[in-house]
Amino acid sequence: MQRPLFKIAQRALFYVMMVVLALIFAGPLLWMLSTSFKTDPQVYTVPPTWFPNPFRLVNYPEALSSRPFGAYTYNTLRYALGAVAGALISNTLVAYGFARIRWPGRDIFFIICLSTMMIPFQVRMIPLYLTFKNLGWLNTYLPLIVPTFLGVNAYYTFLLRQFFLTIPSELSDAARVDGCTELGILIRIILPLAKPALAVIGLLQFMFAWDNYIGPLIYLNNESLYPIALGLQQFRTMFQEELMWPYMMAASTATVAPVIILYFFVQRTFVEGISITGLKG
Amino acid sequence: MSQRWTPAQIRSLLKGLAFISPWIVGFGGFVLYPIAASAYFSLTRYDVLRPARFIGLENYVELFTKDETFRTVIGNTVYLVVIGVPAGLVVAFLLASLLNREMQFRPLFRTIFFLPVLVPAVASAEVWRWVYNTNYGVINSFIKSWGLAVIPFISSVELAKPSLILIHVWAQGTAIIIFLAALQDVPRSLMDAAEVDGANPLQRFWHVTIPICTPAILFVMLTGMIGMFQYFTLGWLLTQGGPNESTEFFSLYLYRNAFQFFKMGYASAQAWILFIIILAFTLLIFRSSARWVYYAGESD
Repeated sequence: MQRPLFKIAQRALFYVMMVVLALIFAGPLLWMLSTSFKTDPQVYTVPPTWFPNPFRLVNYPEALSSRPFGAYTYNTLRYALGAVAGALISNTLVAYGFARIRWPGRDIFFIICLSTMMIPFQVRMIPLYLTFKNLGWLNTYLPLIVPTFLGVNAYYTFLLRQFFLTIPSELSDAARVDGCTELGILIRIILPLAKPALAVIGLLQFMFAWDNYIGPLIYLNNESLYPIALGLQQFRTMFQEELMWPYMMAASTATVAPVIILYFFVQRTFVEGISITGLKG
Repeated sequence: MSQRWTPAQIRSLLKGLAFISPWIVGFGGFVLYPIAASAYFSLTRYDVLRPARFIGLENYVELFTKDETFRTVIGNTVYLVVIGVPAGLVVAFLLASLLNREMQFRPLFRTIFFLPVLVPAVASAEVWRWVYNTNYGVINSFIKSWGLAVIPFISSVELAKPSLILIHVWAQGTAIIIFLAALQDVPRSLMDAAEVDGANPLQRFWHVTIPICTPAILFVMLTGMIGMFQYFTLGWLLTQGGPNESTEFFSLYLYRNAFQFFKMGYASAQAWILFIIILAFTLLIFRSSARWVYYAGESD
């Protein structure tokens, strides 16, 4: 009986390959985590150690208190939550207009809306900067929040529209017969059904805000307003090359952790959301 | 339109416009106006302090005939797109195919391959700066302990771009999820039929799995290409365009011109060239897609 043995060996080989791949992909993050608990001499051992001993937990409070990490986080949250609210409200309205009402010219408007996805940010960047400068909005979070209230991210509009289209039109028609207004239908019938899609958009916008570097870089130059994306660079200039890697990795871990924790809470919705957009794309 | 609209049509039109009105305002103010302004600025010399001065096509002429750096920048960016996007796509597709098989701990593996895409670019830059460190980074530290020559990664002209591409290939979570969803739609019956016809696993993968997934591949390729042409944060933080301009990409050079040299007109002209390059690549991929993208339910 050669066959079963061959099958088992094949299976074992497959798992070995998966574990090796997983270790490679997790490697950089494990390396970050491991370094963040090291003492300085442990950083410079050749070959490197993966398990810090002694385990220096105090790197975290020491690193994070050397710069106003709390303030950076608070700043990020302030504008990220504003942007999430903006994206949810505006895209719900716009997507409803594109998906649930039949009106002349709708498809042309929708195509225009979609085609804006191809325009690189760099084309709009300079005039936007000048406009916000003239409005006196530099060194405020308005340039990062106001556009989200005007539904300029076509990707979210598209995602929500696709979702709204899957809701049977009989539901809306019945409500219309009962004298419900369009806004009433949206709030009472569509929104409760669209919670998963809204969660995806909220999450994507939140992660975008947390990650966004070039926006804050252009619009903010007052350190008291810095979000984490810019704040982390302040740590870097402070800790400079080679000198304080455990601190730098502690600060990086603190930047990564909230996003990963959030992901574990909403993993399902998130994965579903990405696949909705991907398949319909 | 010459025919008269019925009152019901007008009412529905107004309703529709009312709902999309946030977008109309946003589109006008934050998309259409900036595009028009940018087109105008690209024909001017503008340092923000003095008013923009119209100079015709001079910016474009200078970019194409005098600016040596700009030529390097285009080469670097095209390298990044032409190598980086396919590399990311192939790795994502292979990982998704592996994840699509029956196995223990699948959610755990899926999470591990997905996680890198969640890492904010600023943190990713610091982590990889440390991973790539020539003296004590995790790779070179092992290499040194084996007595081999260290790899200079981001500090060498030859390896800087491949090193950045490696980071891109590492963070393929989104594409993996999209491919996984597509792979789950490959009909079992089709695979069985191919097996009955004597196709080996490799042939089935090549002639059944991949064709069925081509719409997803097209989507990932397009969004990846558009995103890669605008590559900024990691390059800006990790290599600052160096060494010796080997990682000076389009967005970096454009940012420098706009916000460090205050040549807003010159930078606007670059933005338009970028736009046109992206359009050209998009059209190219779309035109070619008729030949290699397979849509189920379409007879050929």
